[in-house]
Amino acid sequence: MPYEFLDNIATADVAFRAWGTTREALIEAAVDALLNATVTELDSVQSALIREITVEADTLEMVVHNFLEELVYLKDAEHLLLRVREASVQDTDEGVQCRAVLRGERIDVTRHDLVADVKAVTFHGFEVCQTSRGWEATVVLDV
Amino acid sequence: MALSPDISQVRDGVWEIPADYKSGMRVPARICATRALLDGMEEGVFEQITNVATLPGIVKYACCMPDGHWGYGFPIGGVAAMDPDQGVISPGGIGFDINCGMRLVRTDLTIDDVKPRLHRLVDRLFERIPAGVGRTGILQLPDKQFCELLEKGARWCVEHGYGWPEDLKRTEDGGCMKEADASKVSRKAIERGRNQVGTLGSGNHYLELQVVRRENIVDPAVASEWGVGTPGQVVLMVHCGSRGFGHQVASDYLGTFLKVMGKEYGLDVCDKQLACAPFASKHGQDYFAAMACAVNMAFANRQVIMHRLREVFAEVFGKSARDLGMDLVYDVTHNTAKLETQKIDGHERRILIHRKGATRAFPPGASELPGMYRESGQPVIIGGSMETGSYLLAGVETGAHTFYTTAHGSGRVMSRRKAKQQFRGTELRRSMAEHGIYVHAASMSALAEEAGGAYKNIDDVVEAARKSGISRPIVRFVPIGNVKG
Repeated sequence: MPYEFLDNIATADVAFRAWGTTREALIEAAVDALLNATVTELDSVQSALIREITVEADTLEMVVHNFLEELVYLKDAEHLLLRVREASVQDTDEGVQCRAVLRGERIDVTRHDLVADVKAVTFHGFEVCQTSRGWEATVVLDV
Repeated sequence: MALSPDISQVRDGVWEIPADYKSGMRVPARICATRALLDGMEEGVFEQITNVATLPGIVKYACCMPDGHWGYGFPIGGVAAMDPDQGVISPGGIGFDINCGMRLVRTDLTIDDVKPRLHRLVDRLFERIPAGVGRTGILQLPDKQFCELLEKGARWCVEHGYGWPEDLKRTEDGGCMKEADASKVSRKAIERGRNQVGTLGSGNHYLELQVVRRENIVDPAVASEWGVGTPGQVVLMVHCGSRGFGHQVASDYLGTFLKVMGKEYGLDVCDKQLACAPFASKHGQDYFAAMACAVNMAFANRQVIMHRLREVFAEVFGKSARDLGMDLVYDVTHNTAKLETQKIDGHERRILIHRKGATRAFPPGASELPGMYRESGQPVIIGGSMETGSYLLAGVETGAHTFYTTAHGSGRVMSRRKAKQQFRGTELRRSMAEHGIYVHAASMSALAEEAGGAYKNIDDVVEAARKSGISRPIVRFVPIGNVKG
């Protein structure tokens, strides 16, 4: 599990640190952490459908932020719970771009133990940096 | 925390951090609290409320309420009045859950009427009022109608049969912020929110059945006047907000402000979550109009939930909601920015007041209050944790020093993760049942997070609000049934 929930950053909310050896692995881990903040068992989410998402921003930091926000939006607008199947992160003339294929399903309250309705991905303490183990993101979710 | 030497008590229950505490502060910061509550506040509260004091155009001081705790940008419980011409508007001073608020409904029913049917009633409310993650609302509106609702708020609901005309008078701003303009709202926000009108949501949002006990009536005359003064009487409290719609509005404009604030307005802030724009600018006005839509969405959400609540009671008790005396007592907002005219240093002045996790509390005589509350002051509904109790307070004249603002709840002290480690949902449900509280929750883990032990003591918060002269208690309610997302 390449992420951990953090206790002392957000009293009323949920904070996590996610990491990966590559930028793609980091995004995959952060997406799982976000999903795990919503549903207690990741394995309860089946791969019934596929979604493609492309996010582009000035920096990797903003790509991670906006990518997670896109998933929060899809959770409300289409009731989707999603994990990354394949991602590719590239530097572009404008900044950084992430194209990803996600798999998942619609929320089913009889099978999913839903614990928190994530409202937003905040900028509080938000950080994406390169470390000895690759890439690391610290994220606080408003729930 | 150990009390910093920079903090001094300026009057009973009011503490001040001077403007020279850190660089960039334009005004002092003030915290309304008892010494015990102040000692219990996280370091982050002091950091954040002094950051608020650095914002351009802030008037007099940045205030923090007795239930203040750590937030994003502003602390929860943070209050800032801005000069509308010179000052800024900041989504971080309002919060992601725009117009998260409280609604109190009275009944003529007593605990003896309700007790034999309590389980059926709570279970039926849980069935009929969508709660928890990923639920579709009581109303699912096509875009055009949803946009009408955004501009008209609770008024739209009453016009379409969801409620009674007099409900509007008993809702802050008549249930509609007139500055709303749906053209300032993103497509995404509409898609996130249009199926959520009439949903409780999750987290600390709930619907609660409560009872008035003789020993908890602090001001019998006012309690009776407001229709909640009978010992044994059952009342209903609803806590929820603008759902995904409001969250998206906040996220959208936070992103926009971060991009434009430096480039277009030469503004710089010490915390990204304090991103802002001049209120008088195009970006400031656009956000204000979109935020007002979210305020209205939340008024409508609580109005539709109350309508359903009345239907369920009518069904269970075999009498109409009117015959059951199910009048709205009041509906208050928590996370908003509003234009108000207040007397400041002896002069009437227009201010843009940010209240984040804080409640407006107008005093007796305020012209904005409907006739029935003009003599007593504005009702203020304070939700406690689901195990302990809640309060109804009244606004007071001495509240001018916080721009007529008071606390909003008990304030969290334990993280959600810690609460889950310490409490088990099923055990909590059992122990609450032993204390006469029946809970129906969408998720046992989510229930554990809301255990009473994770919150400040509500009595301490209300005592601090009284002591600092920002509101006074009328009656305390004790929970008997709870529907939780």
